[in-house]
Amino acid sequence: MLKILKYSFYDLVRSRWSYVYFLFYLLLGVVLLFLNNDLSKAVITLMNVIIILVPLIGTIFGVMYYYDSREFTELLLAQPVKRSSIFLGQYFGVATSLAMSLVIGLGLPFVFYGIFNSSAIWDFSLLLVTGAFLTFIFTALAFVIALSNENKIKGFGYAILLWLFMAVIYDGIFLMSLLYFEDYPLDKFSLAATMLNPVDLSRVLILLKLDISALLGYTGAVFQKFFGTNFGLILSSAMLAVWVIVPTFFIWRIAKRKDF
Amino acid sequence: MIEVKNLYKKFGKNEVLKGIDLAIERGGIFSVLGPNGSGKTTLIKCILGMVLPDSGEIFIDEKPLKNNFKYRNEIDYLPQIANFPGNLKVSELIAMIKDLRDAKATKDEELIELFKLQPFLNKKLANLSGGTKQKVNLVLAFMFDSPLIILDEPTSGLDPISHLRLKNLIFSEKEKGKTILVTSHILSFVEEIADEIVFILEGKIYFKGTIPELKSKTEQLDFEHAIASILSASYA
Repeated sequence: MLKILKYSFYDLVRSRWSYVYFLFYLLLGVVLLFLNNDLSKAVITLMNVIIILVPLIGTIFGVMYYYDSREFTELLLAQPVKRSSIFLGQYFGVATSLAMSLVIGLGLPFVFYGIFNSSAIWDFSLLLVTGAFLTFIFTALAFVIALSNENKIKGFGYAILLWLFMAVIYDGIFLMSLLYFEDYPLDKFSLAATMLNPVDLSRVLILLKLDISALLGYTGAVFQKFFGTNFGLILSSAMLAVWVIVPTFFIWRIAKRKDF
Repeated sequence: MIEVKNLYKKFGKNEVLKGIDLAIERGGIFSVLGPNGSGKTTLIKCILGMVLPDSGEIFIDEKPLKNNFKYRNEIDYLPQIANFPGNLKVSELIAMIKDLRDAKATKDEELIELFKLQPFLNKKLANLSGGTKQKVNLVLAFMFDSPLIILDEPTSGLDPISHLRLKNLIFSEKEKGKTILVTSHILSFVEEIADEIVFILEGKIYFKGTIPELKSKTEQLDFEHAIASILSASYA
């Protein structure tokens, strides 16, 4: 698997799109830090960008890479390599190179700004870690979609729908249901609903770490009580990990049974 | 060498293989023939483990294929359509496939020389013509010394000189006692190289034997008419 990972990674690192993605984050980091000069505000703005953009890029890149390398995959399938190694290798290659663009692109300007001497280092690391998690989650989901759809257009469609659902529609339904059932105690429900969407989970994690949960009102207090504790932090990290592991398992399973 | 027992495969409602039984002995050139959509490529892909059969078994050297991938070390495969990652250079692709197979002895340099590919080694695969890609494809398929070689439409896109070189290459591999499985629609090519032909019709083996046997079975004098008479009989 490592060999496949290596070649997928090299292939992507040399492609133009990885550079564009990297430069975008570099530019974003520089502009936010040096024109704004307020570290925690910069982190919040970055959070908003990351939480929407990282899943989008992850899904699109994942689907695109899979369909683009289909013939090459067939060449690999005729070689003495395990099927699961081929697909898991490709997945980790794509996800790692995307995560690296994000971490290095944003990391560099912050390092020059002097993040290591500042108290915001933990907020910032959390931001990068959740960003990397989101990359791995959505690339895996994209691979699952692409593997189960031979038709390119359909695959792209489902991938975009998935992103739209997770990033936008889910929140809408969540809010509506909160309004609709406002007469009932909702703290357990809203905690669970947050846990079940990686995008929401990342957002809440970062917001609470930034200590602006007071802005969130009553739910903020409930969330702070839960996510602010060590238990909450461990559970939510575990939840993000589950969001990586489950789709990866599906990649493995679908790849094992598919005809090429 | 290869043993196929009662192989069935359907894609959706389309039954492609309907009970294939086939035994291919070691050594010699076997040509798999059949009209478009008769299941030639599906059969080959089943042997390679790329398509998973619905039922039936395949053995290579008496070992079953199921849950086994190492046996592909013994097979060289030339796919029908040569499409490679465009970002790679020819030399990098060759190095990569060598690396993946952990092969010690390879004859890629001889083959590059044979097909005159030196000027293309540092070009990206996306910029090559169809025929040149097919030559790269051939280098990849022939550079390992495996006892079984499977060629799916090896002549497509080749110019006459390369065609001739390919033929000589196939003969020299046969001399070494290898088993070679070829599919092709070019009957003159098949007639020249094949020791035996396997004719697939509607997902079943219709005929397996030498060309003279086929001619006497169909009562035709030349190979082309023999094939045509099978096809017209089946369509009638």
